[in-house]
Amino acid sequence: MSKDDQILEEFTSKEYEFGWTVDFEADEAPKGLNDDIIRFISAKKEEPQWMLEWRLEAFHAWQKMKEPEWANVHYPKVDFQDLIYYSAPKKKKKVNSLDEVDPEMIATFERLGISLTEQKRLTGVAVDAVIDSVSVATTFKETLGELGIIFCSFSEAVREHPELIKKHMGSVVPANDNYYAALNAAVFSDGSFCYIPKGVRCPMELSTYFRINAANTGQFERTLIVAEEGSYVSYLEGCTAPMRDENQLHAAVVEIKAAKNAEVKYSTVQNWYPGNKEGKGGIYNFVTKRGICEGDHSKISWTQVETGSAVTWKYPSCILKGDYSIGEFYSVAVTNNFQQADTGTKMIHIGKNTKSRIVSKGISAGKSQNSYRGQVHVMKRATNARNFSQCDSLLMGDKCGAHTFPYIDIENQSAQVEHEATTSKIGEDQIFYCQQRGIDAETAVALIVNGYAKEVLKQLPMEFAVEAQKLLALTLEGSVG
Amino acid sequence: MEKIAGQSILNSLETQFEAFEKSLNGQSKSAAHAVRKEAFSSLKNSGFPGPKNEEYKFTNFTRAVEKNFELNGTNADFGLTEAQISATQIEGLDAHKIVFLNGIYSSELSDNIQVEGLKVESLAEGFKANSALAQANFGKKASFAEDAFVALNTAFSQHGVTIEIADKAVIEKPIVLYFIGDSSTAELSYHIRNIVVAGKFSQATIIEKFDTVGEHKSFTTSVNEISVSDSAHLRFFKIENDTEQAYHISNIHASQGANSNFKAFTFSLNGAMIRNNLNIKLQAEGIETYMNGLYLLDGKTHVDNHTVADHMMPNCYSNELYKGIMDGSSKGVFNGKIFVRPDAQKTNAFQSNKNILISDKATVNTKPQLEIWADDVSCSHGCTTGQLDMDALFYLQARGIQKDKARAILLKAFANDVLETVENEAIKEYLAAIIEKRLEK
Repeated sequence: MSKDDQILEEFTSKEYEFGWTVDFEADEAPKGLNDDIIRFISAKKEEPQWMLEWRLEAFHAWQKMKEPEWANVHYPKVDFQDLIYYSAPKKKKKVNSLDEVDPEMIATFERLGISLTEQKRLTGVAVDAVIDSVSVATTFKETLGELGIIFCSFSEAVREHPELIKKHMGSVVPANDNYYAALNAAVFSDGSFCYIPKGVRCPMELSTYFRINAANTGQFERTLIVAEEGSYVSYLEGCTAPMRDENQLHAAVVEIKAAKNAEVKYSTVQNWYPGNKEGKGGIYNFVTKRGICEGDHSKISWTQVETGSAVTWKYPSCILKGDYSIGEFYSVAVTNNFQQADTGTKMIHIGKNTKSRIVSKGISAGKSQNSYRGQVHVMKRATNARNFSQCDSLLMGDKCGAHTFPYIDIENQSAQVEHEATTSKIGEDQIFYCQQRGIDAETAVALIVNGYAKEVLKQLPMEFAVEAQKLLALTLEGSVG
Repeated sequence: MEKIAGQSILNSLETQFEAFEKSLNGQSKSAAHAVRKEAFSSLKNSGFPGPKNEEYKFTNFTRAVEKNFELNGTNADFGLTEAQISATQIEGLDAHKIVFLNGIYSSELSDNIQVEGLKVESLAEGFKANSALAQANFGKKASFAEDAFVALNTAFSQHGVTIEIADKAVIEKPIVLYFIGDSSTAELSYHIRNIVVAGKFSQATIIEKFDTVGEHKSFTTSVNEISVSDSAHLRFFKIENDTEQAYHISNIHASQGANSNFKAFTFSLNGAMIRNNLNIKLQAEGIETYMNGLYLLDGKTHVDNHTVADHMMPNCYSNELYKGIMDGSSKGVFNGKIFVRPDAQKTNAFQSNKNILISDKATVNTKPQLEIWADDVSCSHGCTTGQLDMDALFYLQARGIQKDKARAILLKAFANDVLETVENEAIKEYLAAIIEKRLEK
């Protein structure tokens, strides 16, 4: 036992790797939140009038809302007046290609392990990088442009494709959907926009990298993905933040629309700063992600690996409106030290013969709390809906907690819904088995955890899967209960 | 100030509570009455659960009571015939029988129990005589602060029984509590409180059954506070097969001592709206707990089962099996909570909830919930909802069994998983007959 404890100690005491800051010259809004700040953000972004009105409407709706308290997380309240809602790396001039981007920024991304230039040449992943909520570089734009794919920053899309933005923005997650979505709608500073035209199969993975750099800022980005009939896209998202003592807020919104026969795959590797070992600092990650399968035979698949953030509050959902549409949710959520995660999904079956699948793997270590909260709702007209959910929890150490709150609401007799959940720890016999074969305990645990999470990890695109495996090992390595 | 839900109910209750206090005479200074007063003021402050209350999310009992009942505090006289009364009772059951008419203990119809180690007394008598058992246990297990309907029951319940089973006493015959109501002339409402203390190494079976005869609506609540001492074995049956006008809220709050074994059975077969709260605290080591339930619903019946298995100590085992068949436009709600507290290592906790919908209008809302703070545990829950297996149906039809009959066979087999866990033959046969009749209609 004592040896196990030692290993546990060793692993769980690993520091956050991405906790450095870079001093960009930043353009910041004054602290606080009011109509003027929103006008300021909108003016900074040179937005049209309708956009400003939309923001203000969302802001006024937000002012009337109450902060939700139902989630199984506890944290000191956020003082929304003490935040900076806009912080942009100062741009001297407009950049057209990667070569013109601030070299320091490129170096930043290289430290993050996503070298834009490298990626451009080698991996064929188009990257849109967002620092402190402003998009700084988008690679591969021209290649994509030839296929009619639009992949650009949100503010660029507002300027250049206002008709698309007007049509789709807020149609999946309305501006007044919930507290944090409304806040995001009011103050969002940038994000990514992706449009795949009819019948186009996006030839490469699209990727966004988010990073919070400046102190006292909140990051509010918005992602909108529209997949027209018969199209396909795989989208990746990654995030990191520097180590700071105070908590930072990240309230993003992701909207996905899939038309008939379209397929969207959205993968996230979330590695925001989780706070130090005493639970000080870290990111509050309050995210609204929702996709709608509008057309028949469409498919939306969410895959997430959640390792960071002090508090996570995130429920990527699918509205299965089209007949024969499919929703999937694969998740690995790892919490350590004082992290708290309340995450899961909602599958709303509206169309006939709709299918959904939920695989959620929670791993808690240290003094963390890990909750799965999900809903499967089969509406009256969703004949022959099918769902399978599996929520497993792995506990490491006797001071952490694992919780499951699945809601299953069935209004149609032909529905077939199954849910199962288990909670266990890594068996001593499993460790022993590995040790017998010359694998030391820490490697054995990494091996077992990776095996446990494999079902989800294999859903990730190659490059991400490798990163995710490393992250898993990093966050937990070797916790033997 | 925020508007609280169920204000109109509270208004009519307020005067009743004052009248009730006046009628108490000498008892108003008792410990039990202090609890009642506290419960009522807590109810006044927090109100009844509104539509946003998580625990009552799918069962808006507050609205049902507001809409359907005047709650004027008095019931019409009991006027049922002997035949009507005996029709509500379990045929062929050899038991110690206790009967309540319109919520009031009937010494004429109840058996005069003379069994060594068993003491069954009317709670109202116990309060009058200032019985230590009644005073010490009233309101101790069922927390009125946590549930408004427990608070309602705590404030108004005067009747019920205290059952005391001596250490090492083995009570062969089950103790059956019949609560029979007459709603033929007016709406009916009463609140029952039972206190059960099972001594060390004792064994007993208790059955609680509520029935109403008449066309008018009835609203009844019952709270059972049960102590299962070390190494005791206790079975508790809740049989709900009331009229379509019957609104009932049942609370069973039990705590278990070391190496004890408690089995709770809940059969919900008919009623307008039924809410069952079953809370079991596993307070020592080596405990076994079983919670078995079957809900067989039709028409507009709405049944909500909320169960809690709270593992507080190591080396305990709990197993829960709830099954439901929903027909007509009925609604089934299930919420099973398993808590495993930080100290409760080596816990084994299992839960299974299975539902079959056999009508387009029936719905089911289920929420199996695991909350675990200990690492060396083995816990699982499973939950399925679906319709009858078409292949199985076809298999039977291919062998010349008519579709209706085949369907009934499959549903009966589904329900049998729960029925088979009943050890008492008379109870099992009684339930099987009701289920069979219902499924073959």
